[in-house]
Amino acid sequence: MKIAITSSGPTLDSQIDPRFGRAQYLLIVDTDSLDVEAIENPNVAAGGGAGIQSAQMVAGKGAKAILTGNCGPNAFRTLSAADIEVYTNVSGAVRDAVEAFTRGALQPISGPSVAGHFGLGQGGGEAGSP
Amino acid sequence: MKIAVASGKGGTGKTTVALALALSLPGAQLVDADAEEPNCHLFLSPTIHETVPVHMMVPDIDLDTCTFCGKCAEFCRFNALAVIKEKVLVFPELCHGCGGCAYVCSEKAVGKTDRRLGEVEIGEARGHRFIQGRLKPGEPSAVRIVREEIARLDQDAPAVIDSPPGTACAVQETVAAADFCLLVTEPTPFGLHDLRMAMDLAADLDLPAAVIINRSGQRDSLIEDECNARGIPVILNIPFDRRIAEAYSRGEILTDAFPEYAGELRRVWDTVGREVRA
Repeated sequence: MKIAITSSGPTLDSQIDPRFGRAQYLLIVDTDSLDVEAIENPNVAAGGGAGIQSAQMVAGKGAKAILTGNCGPNAFRTLSAADIEVYTNVSGAVRDAVEAFTRGALQPISGPSVAGHFGLGQGGGEAGSP
Repeated sequence: MKIAVASGKGGTGKTTVALALALSLPGAQLVDADAEEPNCHLFLSPTIHETVPVHMMVPDIDLDTCTFCGKCAEFCRFNALAVIKEKVLVFPELCHGCGGCAYVCSEKAVGKTDRRLGEVEIGEARGHRFIQGRLKPGEPSAVRIVREEIARLDQDAPAVIDSPPGTACAVQETVAAADFCLLVTEPTPFGLHDLRMAMDLAADLDLPAAVIINRSGQRDSLIEDECNARGIPVILNIPFDRRIAEAYSRGEILTDAFPEYAGELRRVWDTVGREVRA
């Protein structure tokens, strides 16, 4: 099974990036073989809708779940439409998170974990001038 | 002649100047283009004759004809559309209403639906035509409201347009509609910083500009040096005077509380008129 993890680097030993839409990397990991496809996220500096774009990318890769720190409302809606389970509040090394997921130690969420624009810093809310 | 009153920094006295300037010239119209938080009406208690709703067209997908090819989502630079399997998600608050999604759809599956952004109110106050915009709370962009306000101007009469603060899209829409940009600033580093951005904006739009220093008296050279360097005249100084702030806080217009400013503001009209014709 393929799952996606937001990461600050391209390998299993990298730390999880707590942002979803604007994560540095999206790692697509095969939970059986632990094969990794690292995607440098082009949406880091997107003007808006970064979560929606990243969610479409994850869906396009055929991932069934996403492990991340936080997930906003637009990203959550897009991931849900793609039937991708969302696991938030995941931190530490990617390898440990994948292992915890495989073990069944993580619980998927049923709604967004933060308000929009979280990944823009300042705790969300201010996206600057439209 | 249309004068946009802008500033960059908020709270420098745009509304103070715009109100006094409009009332000092018989027949001048006043437009409150700060649709996020219009406040000219607090000073004028205008009579509103007409309320014009402002809408934006957002996509409405016909799922029977859609082939889920994803061209619309790929086209949208604001990510207002997502195509996932046999679903199309629309995020209306991200849509800028350009219609590009309908244009690129080869199946003609993208229809349009109206989304209300706010309204423009048109009325009269003290014999002056008055127009103000109201953006619905939560809406991110006032550009379309400003556009509608400008469209409602009487083209044959002079107008003062009270701009929103900042230099973002809604301000650009306001300033671009004018013949002259009147910049109200205060002699502080923050006032200067944002004044520079507003000066750049006027220059980018090829608009003549002049500066009014509000709360003038100390450190005016901060602003004057910049104006000299750019060849932009300072045409009025409004002193840092507690009585002016008190009158404003009571909802009094500058020229009502201090009639001696009426002549000064008439001179602003004359100066601007000469600059525009030059």
